[in-house]
Amino acid sequence: MGNSTLTNRENLLEVKNLKTYYPVKGGFLRRTVGNVKAVDDISFDIKAGETLGLVGESGCGKSTTGRTIIRLLKATGGQVLFEGKDITKLRGKSLQSIRQDIQMVFQDPYASLNPMQMVGDIVSEPILNYKSVNKNDLKNEVMDLLNRVGLPEDAYYKYAHEFSGGQRQRIGIARALALRPKLIIADEPVSALDVSVQSQVLNLLKELQDEFDLTFLFIAHDLSVVKHMSDRIGVMYLGSMAEIADRSSIYSEPLHPYTKALISAIPMPDPRRKSKRIVLQGDVPSPLNPPSGCPFHPRCPEARPECSAVKPALKEVKPGHQVACHLY
Amino acid sequence: MLKYTIRRVLGMIPMLFLISIVVFSLAKLMPGDSLSGEIDPSNTDPQYISEMREKLGYNDPVHEQYFRWITNFVQGDFGKSTRYKIPASEIIAERLPNTIFLGMMSLLITYVFAFFMGSFAGRKPYTLGDNIISTFNYIGLALPSFIAGVFAIYIFAFNLGWFPSNGSVNISLEPGTLDYWLSRIHHVLLPAIVLGALSTASYTQFLRNDIIENTRKDYVRTARAKGTPESKIYNTHIMRNSIIPLVTFLGIDIGVLVGGAIITETIFTYPGIGQLFLNSVTQRDYPVLMAVTMLLSFLTLFGNLVADLLYGLVDPRIRLD
Repeated sequence: MGNSTLTNRENLLEVKNLKTYYPVKGGFLRRTVGNVKAVDDISFDIKAGETLGLVGESGCGKSTTGRTIIRLLKATGGQVLFEGKDITKLRGKSLQSIRQDIQMVFQDPYASLNPMQMVGDIVSEPILNYKSVNKNDLKNEVMDLLNRVGLPEDAYYKYAHEFSGGQRQRIGIARALALRPKLIIADEPVSALDVSVQSQVLNLLKELQDEFDLTFLFIAHDLSVVKHMSDRIGVMYLGSMAEIADRSSIYSEPLHPYTKALISAIPMPDPRRKSKRIVLQGDVPSPLNPPSGCPFHPRCPEARPECSAVKPALKEVKPGHQVACHLY
Repeated sequence: MLKYTIRRVLGMIPMLFLISIVVFSLAKLMPGDSLSGEIDPSNTDPQYISEMREKLGYNDPVHEQYFRWITNFVQGDFGKSTRYKIPASEIIAERLPNTIFLGMMSLLITYVFAFFMGSFAGRKPYTLGDNIISTFNYIGLALPSFIAGVFAIYIFAFNLGWFPSNGSVNISLEPGTLDYWLSRIHHVLLPAIVLGALSTASYTQFLRNDIIENTRKDYVRTARAKGTPESKIYNTHIMRNSIIPLVTFLGIDIGVLVGGAIITETIFTYPGIGQLFLNSVTQRDYPVLMAVTMLLSFLTLFGNLVADLLYGLVDPRIRLD
């Protein structure tokens, strides 16, 4: 999908200054002694029909962001606007109804399907949660969905454990599609799968995006997977957004030193090519006690004094290219 | 499933054979024998005693004695009780219904209490209610049944007078009447509670922990994401996965309840298999003792089989073939 067509579209999702903290309990009375700042003040938006890739290393808050948007976790602060409506404060019925529009594909296709339910029940449960439908219609609809994601019809009467990882992820996708959502949050949907199966599932997701006019928030740590899927890419580091830009800019001219290091670490399928890999020193700091100023400054090769003092805000340095760094 | 069952049942035969050797050897190794129960107790002439010992086969080689016993045993002749002078099978058949009744009542108490307490504690873990239930459970686990039984009799039978302290029925009542059955239930209740307390405690903790564990499972998050109401998440996604271990315990309980009632039945002088077992030991009634031991072994094997079969039924991931 070309970028030019997307700029005219409206924002389906706007995330504004979102914060999600996990309280840390300690001491005899189990009082809150600190917070793990899993997501600390991030903002981005997704246009209808586009795919925003979210990358970052383990523990940087990608999944927490996804789960907070779909309200599996409670936001500590900030707003999530879905079609212009703030959904972070919804409760009860209105929360239920927003889940029709936002669905999630989970990372682990083995654990995320109930072992006691038949595939048909897994896929029809979301439909039954919202509508009362005739049994035959429901069954036909579920069969269609299973067909659409490339599963045989007899899958309906089988249990999840009878399928391979890739097939299970297809079940998970059929389940997410069942409610015809507008936004699908795909939380590392292929990281648990074989490389050979990964591309099949990714292509399926792309096909479904065109067919059902879906918008994706695609969370991954594999840069080549994200490149294949996304229109725009956001790079996260320690709960903050380091850089957001469209796909080609991120890969051809990364601005943030962290993004540069990430891009340089992508393996090249050419043994003769000299890699100019940027090796970062040290470890990711604990989100329980993040460094002052820019979260990346202790490891940044280009750090300056101001980096440890002031946290850089995300600013647009080129059209459509935002970066949070004092260098720009 | 049928093939698996047949294979398992056939596999029980060599196992029972080995058990019979152990049971027989243990009976032989115990000090004394049941000779004095089989001869005229008033005749103390050493000549007579040694004659009878020879005649009744006590001087035969051990393996011959074993084969005589096992041959009769597999044909349904468990020997004659040396104390009651009637076939051991008759005594067992007379006592077995009482024990089964007691076992069933205690199972019922266990499952009902464990289900309600466990699901409450699992849904609201680390709350006051959960802590109270846990406290009860640890008391239940820590109290041996002979202490719990004595205290139960002292408090509920002697001081409060709510329950009778011994027996299985009020003997003045006519069998078959409603009063007779009510009296049986009245008599069985206190021992059943004492017998069931231990397993109630462990089942409650098992169910609670399973619920807490399953609440954190990914598929529960999936259910929440697809908009399933919380109550349905608990009933179909969490509960159904949490009761799997409890259902399979049922099989193991079959063996444990019959055997585990030994102490409880003795304390409550409840005429069941457990009391019979202990009495046969003290009275050197070896035919009955061996028959009861074989019965308990068989029930344990059978219970394990039932547990395995139930596992295949309730958990679709387990295939038996």
